[in-house]
Amino acid sequence: MKTHKFTLPLSPNSIRLLSPGDKVLLSGTLYTARDKAHRRLVDLIRQGKPLPFKLPETAIFYCGPSPIPPGKVCGSIGPTTSSRMDAYTPILLEHGLRVMIGKGERSPEVQAAVKQHQALYLVATGGVAAYLSTHVTKFELFLWPELGAEAIYKMEVADFPCYVAL
Amino acid sequence: MRNILFVDSALLHEKLLEALGQIYCRPDETVLNLIREYEAKETHPLAKDMLQSILRNADVAREQSLPCCQDTGTPVLFIRKGEDFCLGDGDIMSTIESALEQGWQKYHLRRSMVEEPLFERKIIQDRPAPVIHWENVPGNTLEVKLALKGGGAENMAAHYMLPTSTTAEEVVEKVVTHVVNVGGQPCPPVIVGIGLGGNFESSALLAKRALLEPTGRAHPDVRYAELEQKILNEINRCGKGVMGLGAGPTALAVHILTEPCHIASLPLAVNLDCHAHRHTGFTL
Repeated sequence: MKTHKFTLPLSPNSIRLLSPGDKVLLSGTLYTARDKAHRRLVDLIRQGKPLPFKLPETAIFYCGPSPIPPGKVCGSIGPTTSSRMDAYTPILLEHGLRVMIGKGERSPEVQAAVKQHQALYLVATGGVAAYLSTHVTKFELFLWPELGAEAIYKMEVADFPCYVAL
Repeated sequence: MRNILFVDSALLHEKLLEALGQIYCRPDETVLNLIREYEAKETHPLAKDMLQSILRNADVAREQSLPCCQDTGTPVLFIRKGEDFCLGDGDIMSTIESALEQGWQKYHLRRSMVEEPLFERKIIQDRPAPVIHWENVPGNTLEVKLALKGGGAENMAAHYMLPTSTTAEEVVEKVVTHVVNVGGQPCPPVIVGIGLGGNFESSALLAKRALLEPTGRAHPDVRYAELEQKILNEINRCGKGVMGLGAGPTALAVHILTEPCHIASLPLAVNLDCHAHRHTGFTL
């Protein structure tokens, strides 16, 4: 198993170096987004409104974190099932998104779009969210607090472990 | 003469809070032992790495009292209430709800339930909205089983009303095909709960109940025990592996529960739980 250490945002050259099954240790900024945030992001695109971040520089982590206990940087942090985001992913890729982190297989449409846009789909180990939280150095609510765990959170990670799926 | 037992609601409250406190940060110990065994003999570096992270997670979660999964789940309870068990100063339902809510706040668990499924899907902020199954039994005890059921694995459930001509081999094939098809989505290695028999709704309940059996136990009827073993072996032969990435174990245990069923029917329900298998129980 090849292990790569990368700082976000990833360049197209870095993405080209990766093969399925490789391990990637990511450092930099991740934004969480799951079901509801995806729907809202895609609604903004369809309405021609600006997005809250520049998609080509954004890595989206499919994650609904648990609350932050007192004295901690963040709560538990782990991937949710990516297939629920499949309906929204091709349009986000068309608009520049290149890095997604989640768990599980993607639809044939997403697989094709990832290939077409030379994007990257990484899998993080599910059910190890206490361990993954030890790789988070900074954590804040970014957008849509009314969505609770489904809001967008911005986090800084250091050597966050993922595996290349697509 | 009936021997009615009156118990203080505070005791049930305390026991529930303690049970929740045990499981939110601690997956089933038998599951962790199986992971340790698989990790020790795993030769594929990717699978080994992920199995190690599962073990490391168990340590971090316990040491730091952090939820072992960010999805702290739907609280699912199976209650066997003795006909002669009574709370002296309250009702069982509201005691359960208040204990779970207190635990949700105390342990910083995630609000994961929505008010209604289709339109606004607004997150419920003031209660964990448990799913509770009741049974009335003779005696004066109260048996409580509590599980925290993650949504990802729950979504990968399946239900079939099979023809009665179905053979054991066809049941194996149905279940194995299903578990293989859902791949990495339910966070494998998984526990497989199977309900066979009953009717439409009771088979689903059986499958859920099967998940909460002691991990790796064999069905007392040797024919079903063999079926469990066969399904487990076949699932693990398929090579989906840890998180569906193609190496390591896909399932850790298969439990079947059965019930009588109609002469026309053979219901089959499959419920999966992830390796962050969180459940416990107590009796008052």
